[in-house]
Amino acid sequence: MVETRENYEHILTQIIRNQMVRSAHTKEEVFSILSVIPDPEIPVVNIQEMGMLRDVQINDEHGFIIILTPTYTGCPAMHIIEQDIRMTLHTKGVYPAEVKLVYDPAWTTDWMSDVAKAKLKAYGIAPPLHSSCSQDVFAHNIIECPQCHSHDTVMISRFGSTACKSLFQCNDCKEPFEYFKCH
Amino acid sequence: MTQQQALYKYCLRLGDDALIQSYRLSEWCSNAPILEEDLALTNFALDMTGRAQALLGYAGQIDGQGKTDDDLAYKRGERQFYNHLIMELPNGNFATTIARLLFTSTFEFYFYSDLMNSADATLAAIAAKTVKEVKYHMAHATDWTCRLGDGTQESHRHMQSGIDHHWMYTGELFETDEVDAILQDRNIAVDMASIQQRWHQSITQVLKEATLKIPAGEHMQSGSQQGIHTEYLGHILTEMQYLQRAYPEAIW
Repeated sequence: MVETRENYEHILTQIIRNQMVRSAHTKEEVFSILSVIPDPEIPVVNIQEMGMLRDVQINDEHGFIIILTPTYTGCPAMHIIEQDIRMTLHTKGVYPAEVKLVYDPAWTTDWMSDVAKAKLKAYGIAPPLHSSCSQDVFAHNIIECPQCHSHDTVMISRFGSTACKSLFQCNDCKEPFEYFKCH
Repeated sequence: MTQQQALYKYCLRLGDDALIQSYRLSEWCSNAPILEEDLALTNFALDMTGRAQALLGYAGQIDGQGKTDDDLAYKRGERQFYNHLIMELPNGNFATTIARLLFTSTFEFYFYSDLMNSADATLAAIAAKTVKEVKYHMAHATDWTCRLGDGTQESHRHMQSGIDHHWMYTGELFETDEVDAILQDRNIAVDMASIQQRWHQSITQVLKEATLKIPAGEHMQSGSQQGIHTEYLGHILTEMQYLQRAYPEAIW
């Protein structure tokens, strides 16, 4: 077997698990440790504000189980987030821990906090307009320009640089911007 | 056939559909007519790769032999793939690809909308996620079908030809066998007859709006449920599985 960092961590986890030792962190502590992890694609928001970090379960058999839900099924950022969680817990001495990816219930932009939406806007990404994914998604909505707040904007492309965004342009300040799609 | 075997095959079918269609759409990367379409088609491909990962990963769990999603994608031969034939057909021109996407995304929209009510919680959850994504695919394919169909003489001709070309591969989408029967008894699988009806209704409406004709041909090509494919799947696998075949167990 190839000696990789992951294998090493795995073996370490096994040893720790066999000793039946669990670090003395509370659920709240683990949440606060993890909540600083940024979304790799949109570094101004963290995984808790985005609604990806769903739960932290603690049990005797597995230790800390971090429940994570993907935003988009094919989102490549999920693998990075999983690694970031493992590394963060490792450096903070939270053990043993594992990350579990769950699909149910499906992630929705509803779970994005108002704080996260405000941060997105300040960062230059128009936040999702509707509270949930419905037929309204395809109506001709007015998306406010995050730069100059004009309502005179036009969609350039329904799809953008990442699975979660569309491309818009402002007719007033002429700046292009991204819009986080409802999901 | 046990319920476990049936569920395994059901997941492979759905996972393979997503994987192979994703592979075809990825071929548009850097080749689409305009940059926005390059983004759109590769975005769809990414959604489908994610769906394939979820479904093949789940298939591996059901099988219980420790197979991962990668094992199932890279280590099965052609006859062990169960994707519908329409997914593996070459892209053709842009209108040909849009015609296929119209047929498949409309099918997937109705299929996964129903699968959300599956008694299998994992399938229901993957379906809920998929429906959100497929809505975008279907809206995009419908827009382009109307734009090209009701466009210039030239675009109309290409669009009609794409529709005609794929028509005989659409019947297979609604085929059922023992796998469906076993799972439908347990409310895990969906009722294909009802989906076919809604699909047909929706496609008829879109084609009408696009000033296109519904093809008259009644012969429908079949085979994927037995693992019998067109000549094209073998070529896809040759390329897709090259690395794992040449360097077994390679990881990075």
